Amino acid sequence: MDVHEYQAKELLGSFGVPVPKGAVAFSPDQAVYAATELGGWNWAVKAQIHAGARGKAGGIKLCKTYHEVRDAAAELLGKRLVTIQTGPEGKPVQRVYIEVAEPFERELYLGYVLDRKAERIRVIASQRGGMEIEEIAKDEPEAILQVVVEPAVGLQAFQARELAFQLGLSIKQAQSAVSTIMNAYRAFRDCDATMLEINPLVVSKDDRVLALDAKMSFDDNALFRRHNVADMHDPSQQDPREAQAAEHNLNYIGLDGEIGCIVNGAGLAMATMDMIKHAGGTPANFLDVGGGASPERIATALKLVLSDAKVKAVLVNIFAGINRCDWVAKGVVQACETVDVKVPLIVRLAGTNVEEGRKILADSGLKLITAETLAEAAKKAVAACQGKPKVAA
Amino acid sequence: MSILIDETTPVLIQGMTGDKGTFHAKEMIAYGTNVVGGVTPGKGGGTHLDRPLFNTMKEAVKETGATTSITFVAPAFCADAIMEAADAGVRLICSITDGIPAQDMMRVKRYLMRYPKDRRPMMVGPNCAGIISPGKAMLGIMPGHIYLQGKVGVISRSGTLGYEAASQMKAEGIGISTSVGIGGDPINGSSFLDHLVLFEEDPETEAVLIIGEIGGPQEAEASAWIKDNMSKPVIGFVAGLTAPKGRRMGHAGAIISAAGDSAAEKAEIMKSCGLTVAPNPSEFGTTVAGVLAKRPERRVSA
Repeated sequence: MDVHEYQAKELLGSFGVPVPKGAVAFSPDQAVYAATELGGWNWAVKAQIHAGARGKAGGIKLCKTYHEVRDAAAELLGKRLVTIQTGPEGKPVQRVYIEVAEPFERELYLGYVLDRKAERIRVIASQRGGMEIEEIAKDEPEAILQVVVEPAVGLQAFQARELAFQLGLSIKQAQSAVSTIMNAYRAFRDCDATMLEINPLVVSKDDRVLALDAKMSFDDNALFRRHNVADMHDPSQQDPREAQAAEHNLNYIGLDGEIGCIVNGAGLAMATMDMIKHAGGTPANFLDVGGGASPERIATALKLVLSDAKVKAVLVNIFAGINRCDWVAKGVVQACETVDVKVPLIVRLAGTNVEEGRKILADSGLKLITAETLAEAAKKAVAACQGKPKVAA
Repeated sequence: MSILIDETTPVLIQGMTGDKGTFHAKEMIAYGTNVVGGVTPGKGGGTHLDRPLFNTMKEAVKETGATTSITFVAPAFCADAIMEAADAGVRLICSITDGIPAQDMMRVKRYLMRYPKDRRPMMVGPNCAGIISPGKAMLGIMPGHIYLQGKVGVISRSGTLGYEAASQMKAEGIGISTSVGIGGDPINGSSFLDHLVLFEEDPETEAVLIIGEIGGPQEAEASAWIKDNMSKPVIGFVAGLTAPKGRRMGHAGAIISAAGDSAAEKAEIMKSCGLTVAPNPSEFGTTVAGVLAKRPERRVSA
């Protein structure tokens, strides 16, 4: 799960990471009020979306007067901001963050990531903050400092100190940096984050080190024990179909193709998409209904996939282990009774209780296309899709 | 022979008395797995499915001599259950549980590392279908009837894609020595590499099929090892050619984060290391058959 910059800063602040003073606003009036409360004469008005590269896309505006703050907030709120990380549809701006703009001397980079190869938390730092860190990592790997944390004891002060001095900081700045690096690590660990990026981490004119931006992602599997994090969920930042799927605990990702997919297991779901492509079609989505899918779940999944207007055929591919084909078949029948299925429906069942499942489908009197193998299912789906006259948009 | 489990392997089921534990315990017993007991704290002294129940793993191992455990424990408590099994001295821990926090698994891995290599338990999973040595024993949740006993080893990250491969192989008359589901989480108990080593040593296994996915370094690491160390032919596949870049695909593991992470790149790495790559997911069976046919002197019987 991702959170907004202001939420990440709130968390980091509570762990003792210095952040500039700021406040969130949902309207231009609130933005002006926030600026007056914060004080000072320079503010940054920052669009809050779950994506980076906002600055280049015009999502961050520096203001010197309350008027400018109001105008900036009015311009940003309610619009869809498109950055290189959002995709062409952009993300809706429903909140802005008003922050006291502080002058700074240097921009550094500080990141934490759960490294699946090392199976540990890895800390990444660089003197070259602010700019394209990925390009720097590629072109000048020596400019990227890395430290791996031993989980039994956690990040040690000496490791933070080594980073601080390698970042070229003075003694006074390094002291501030060490506590920032240690505290941000604690925030990462104690909130079950999977990614934390402070870019830039800035050094102020009075030698303080603070987080000017912050991005955090969290482990969905750990949200049950991180209520403060779970409460930060903002469904407006998700594809509406994905948000709806998440409500039903279905794993859905919308794509641009024509064949809707309902599959159990992420690996088989990806393979089904690959197979559709191989057969000459295009998948409309990734959807993993998971293990133990009840008839209700299958029905919900079918409704969800059919809600995509681009879908010209639906392929249900279930290889039941923990699932049971008879349940899946009942789900398909149930869904067809409640939803008006206007596109061809191809069903391929295999595994546990497959005979019962096929019998339920055959006895239902529904106009289904059945298939026994993955290749046959994909071929039939593509054929059904091409055979259908184009529906007027 | 097979790897990891056979019909003699004494198995304890952690979380045996829950709904899922009960359902799959029955299936495993029916398949012929030597289930010697279950562990559910608070239910020790009782019995379930005619097997004794224990409060702790230590007690259960002491009483039954079990060498293997399988966990059907809720995600929040599963890391604890795995470490308890390790501490009780079992040799193999298989965790079916989906949804264990990644940092919990990080700690589990470090906990297992504290045992010297010759006493370190092998862990399979989490978020996997388990292990099956067809005709002998099943330690997991797979439909047993789709597997034919034979001489090809299978290692798959995805459970259902492993089923797909097994049923295609059965249709070709090709049997399996052992099939291992290593799971789709970002941090796994064991990797392709851990099981490739075992298959290479297993005299009965003549070829190995490895089924990977987008995301993570495992497939590349395994391919490099195969190139330098493996005498048996290996067939590979990577799911996710059509997966959009940088998006999460269900398994937390399936995140495209670095070069060499995409399905196409991984398939290329496999090819360059001498693996035969199945062209698409409907050709597991035919590709394995083709590889076996090239070695007539050790042909796998139907």
